[in-house]
Amino acid sequence: MAQSSVEDAVLSYLQTHEEIPNSEEFAVSEQLDHTELLNVIKSLNGFGYVEAKDIKKETWVLTDEGSKYANSSSPEVQVFEAVPLEGIRQDQLEAKMDKQVFSIGKNFALKNKWLSLSKEGNVPFYRRMVEQVQDIIKEQLLAAKNGKDIQNVDALKKRTLIKRQTWKGFSVRKGPNYAPQRSKPATDLTRDLLQKGNWDNVEFKDYNFSALGQPLECGHLHPLLKVRAQICKIFLEMGYEEMPTNNFVESSFWNFDTLFQPQQHPARDSHDTFFLKVPATTQRLPEDYLERVKTMHEVGGHESIGYGYDWKRDEAEKNLLRTHTTAVSTRMLHALAQGEFTPKKYFSIDRVFRNEAVDRTHLAEFHQIEGLICDRGLTLGDLMGVLNEFFQRLGMKKLRFKPAYNPYTEPSMEIFSYFDMFNKWVEVGNSGMIRPEVLLPMGLPKDVSVIAWGLSLERPTMILYGIDNIRDLFGHK
Amino acid sequence: MPTISVGRDLLFKALGRSFTDEEFDELCFEYGIELDDVTTEKAILRKEKHISEEAQEDEEIIYKIEIPANRYDLLCLEGLARGLRIFKCAEQVPQFCVSKISAASMIKMEVKAETAMLRPFVVCAVLRGVTFNQARYNSFIDLQDKLHQNLCRRRTLVAIGTHDLDMLQGPFSYEALPPSEISFIPLKETQQFTAEGLMEKYKADMKLKKFLHILEGSPVHPVIFDSKRRVLSWPPIINGAHSAITLDTKNVFIECTATDLTKAKIVLNTMVTMFSEYCKNKFEVEPVEVVAANGVSTVYPDLSSRSMEVPLSYISGSLGVALKAKQVVQILNRMQLLATESSSQEGPDPVIHVKVPPTRSDILHPCDVMEDVGIGYGYNNIKQTTPKCVTQGKLLPLNDFSDSVRVEVAMAGFTEVLTWILGSHEENFDLVKRKSDVAVTVGNPRTSEFEVVRTSLLPGLLKTLGHNKDHPRPVKLFEVSDVVILDPSKDVGAKNERRLAALYCNANSGFEVIHGLVDRVMQVVGIKTVPTGDDSGYFIQPSEEPEFFPGRQASIICKGSRIGTFGIVHPQVLQNFLIPDPCSIMEINIEALL
Repeated sequence: MAQSSVEDAVLSYLQTHEEIPNSEEFAVSEQLDHTELLNVIKSLNGFGYVEAKDIKKETWVLTDEGSKYANSSSPEVQVFEAVPLEGIRQDQLEAKMDKQVFSIGKNFALKNKWLSLSKEGNVPFYRRMVEQVQDIIKEQLLAAKNGKDIQNVDALKKRTLIKRQTWKGFSVRKGPNYAPQRSKPATDLTRDLLQKGNWDNVEFKDYNFSALGQPLECGHLHPLLKVRAQICKIFLEMGYEEMPTNNFVESSFWNFDTLFQPQQHPARDSHDTFFLKVPATTQRLPEDYLERVKTMHEVGGHESIGYGYDWKRDEAEKNLLRTHTTAVSTRMLHALAQGEFTPKKYFSIDRVFRNEAVDRTHLAEFHQIEGLICDRGLTLGDLMGVLNEFFQRLGMKKLRFKPAYNPYTEPSMEIFSYFDMFNKWVEVGNSGMIRPEVLLPMGLPKDVSVIAWGLSLERPTMILYGIDNIRDLFGHK
Repeated sequence: MPTISVGRDLLFKALGRSFTDEEFDELCFEYGIELDDVTTEKAILRKEKHISEEAQEDEEIIYKIEIPANRYDLLCLEGLARGLRIFKCAEQVPQFCVSKISAASMIKMEVKAETAMLRPFVVCAVLRGVTFNQARYNSFIDLQDKLHQNLCRRRTLVAIGTHDLDMLQGPFSYEALPPSEISFIPLKETQQFTAEGLMEKYKADMKLKKFLHILEGSPVHPVIFDSKRRVLSWPPIINGAHSAITLDTKNVFIECTATDLTKAKIVLNTMVTMFSEYCKNKFEVEPVEVVAANGVSTVYPDLSSRSMEVPLSYISGSLGVALKAKQVVQILNRMQLLATESSSQEGPDPVIHVKVPPTRSDILHPCDVMEDVGIGYGYNNIKQTTPKCVTQGKLLPLNDFSDSVRVEVAMAGFTEVLTWILGSHEENFDLVKRKSDVAVTVGNPRTSEFEVVRTSLLPGLLKTLGHNKDHPRPVKLFEVSDVVILDPSKDVGAKNERRLAALYCNANSGFEVIHGLVDRVMQVVGIKTVPTGDDSGYFIQPSEEPEFFPGRQASIICKGSRIGTFGIVHPQVLQNFLIPDPCSIMEINIEALL
């Protein structure tokens, strides 16, 4: 039955009657569900339509065991009736009935002196001591079941045949706001109200201003990529052009050799780099440039002494998943060197790959942010000025620079930013001026310098958003 | 970056003053090294063994310091303290020299031709009248360890052997013999083994087993003998016990065998320049003549300084700081580079003459000198400027386009995910019922998670859903990212392709929703729907892809070519990704729409 009709039943009954003395009896007579009735009474009571008083009653109900005996008979009676007039051996008696019934029943039957137990040639033997018995236990249980008063409550309780249950109900009278029909305050201005035109004499329920609004169903962009967009914007504002970094597969040549990274450099270990089985090697390399790179590694040139080792083409041809987007920067700078020189500012933000064990702060894949300026006469002071401008816009206002080592930049600087929330300087990126050993074999004019810097997209995002596990930021989980 | 551990008190004693941890950290920052950790020997042990036990007050404090990877001269307490003392003007750059002894009295090392097969080079030197104590001895061993780990690439390029010269009798010979014929008592043992036997024995040795691969399978092994055929070392694995260094050793014979001569010389120079500090004649090293198989003889070590002429204008111009020649000279001397203002080049642009000592193998080009001037001047003292070049900001058209597609799909109520480009072979192929296995394949994956570069975005979306099963329905996900496909026309043999994939999951499959999204994307990029067969726009036609449910899937044909598919995900695929509810999914190549 719908809630409103239960409500109607209560309210209209009270219109003609002083009181509903007992909600349960009312439920029975009106054919209502008692639980539902209780809810309706509570609600009406809350709004003052009625005044409800708790009534409590304690009743006895049968336990599972008790109701079993009420349906058949008590165990002592069952045992008594199983003993024939001529008596019976214990093993035979036991075999005739349920084990549990026997063990409980025999004790009470003996205690009641209904049966006697004696030894007949070393065998326990039961005989009747009375002719017939009355099953008082069963009678009491049936009485309790029907809600009637019972006498030996304690005995039944001790044998856990009955248990106490509290019954709750209400007695109901008219309340201060009684009305034969409940008027529900409106929660919202609806089309119906507008059409009926009665919106100005409808009572509106108070809005719960401390609760949250309804969650919206909407689409989302990924938070890390939102930060990417933010940083992209900074680069654009500063006049940088985006590099085509959509090539994850790279050769060792462009990833390492062109960057004057010697072939025995630890970064070129399989511990750090994903080398490829398919396609294992690169098919074409720019031959004249390759010769100049080889010479630079082996014996140097342009005032450098080189590394003094046997440079191997095989090593340069090995394909890999790029370990940094700087591989793209070298391609761009090499391409730039092929024409008449014009100053350039380049940037990229894209995926790089490291063969590292994944943990809270390390991923095998992450995003590298890279920026570089290529022009005549750039200085280390310029690099620091640019970095300051860039990081300011990222919200990192206090920077300082630490000397560092990187095979393809000299000078090299680690960038530290001070964070009030950590109360310390935290490394946020790496930077430097690209070595002449990298630039001159490309064919760039001698007076052209390149200042460059890189950082991961994940690290500033984690710091700025207070995320401490990188895996919360990225991946399928 | 290598990290070295030095006793704090020993270091402060060597520096002639003490610092608070903060002060020392600041000094490191300025010099370009990093105070990584302040700990104690016992704390390290406790950490290793996970013991929680109160620290004792008398434990020696250890500084763990990170050293730039090209500064081998800072890898031990001696070099680090020397570097910092000179940096703080407490000491002059030392002048290393090779002792002048007659050719006849010079110790010889003869190289046999067979060594060329696997480890062709050897360089040697002698330190005379060394005074060791426990701390110096430990440092001597630690430096060899650090060099072996870094510059020597775990002994593949160079291996160092150090010996008590008084236990040996020159001349020495560097040979290559079958392992069964090399027999000696190795360090830490008391009985004789053959090299063959040791190859077996050391397979169980945690430290040495890592180096066995260098010799494995070679018919001959390198070995160094003295004139009485006593084995000095079996490089690069272990030395003989006979000539082991002790605290009482006075005269040290150092040999470095190598596959890379340049690095062997750097290693030898590093060893002798660091520890000649404890020689009777400080910073003096006794030379050894190495006679190659072809009879050519070379004397090692070469401790000569390399000269460089660096114009002042180059230094000032690169750093962006106007410096006087005198200032630059002072700074360089503090950075262990002996500099003078070149007397021949007076005038508007003075030239700085720099003598690069044998300790500074990291100086390859004048830019390295310029950097040292920058460090000595203090990076943070350099005035920051703004480059003057004018350039235009530009987005890569493909990325710009991808971003607009991303925004449109998000506005259609889909949530963006960011998944891995690497994945297992199984999830890229078998789990989506694909037969082909053509994909960029990693040769050295650490785990199955990094086997192949994805050729489709679908597994990533399905995996994401499988891991977020309890998310309220409907689930609407998308990703715009690259897959990689093999392409022989590219120099590297592969190319990226930008894709859009989207997934819908609910109590029903939402096939029409995904179909609607396809239409919406095509609408916003301005491609109109056309009847089947018309090449001026796009249409869809039934397809038969294994990952989709038969009869509820279609190819998207745009201007005559197939650019993508969509469909209800095949129930078996759903099961493979542990997804309990039906899904529809689409994937298109958006580069084709650009």
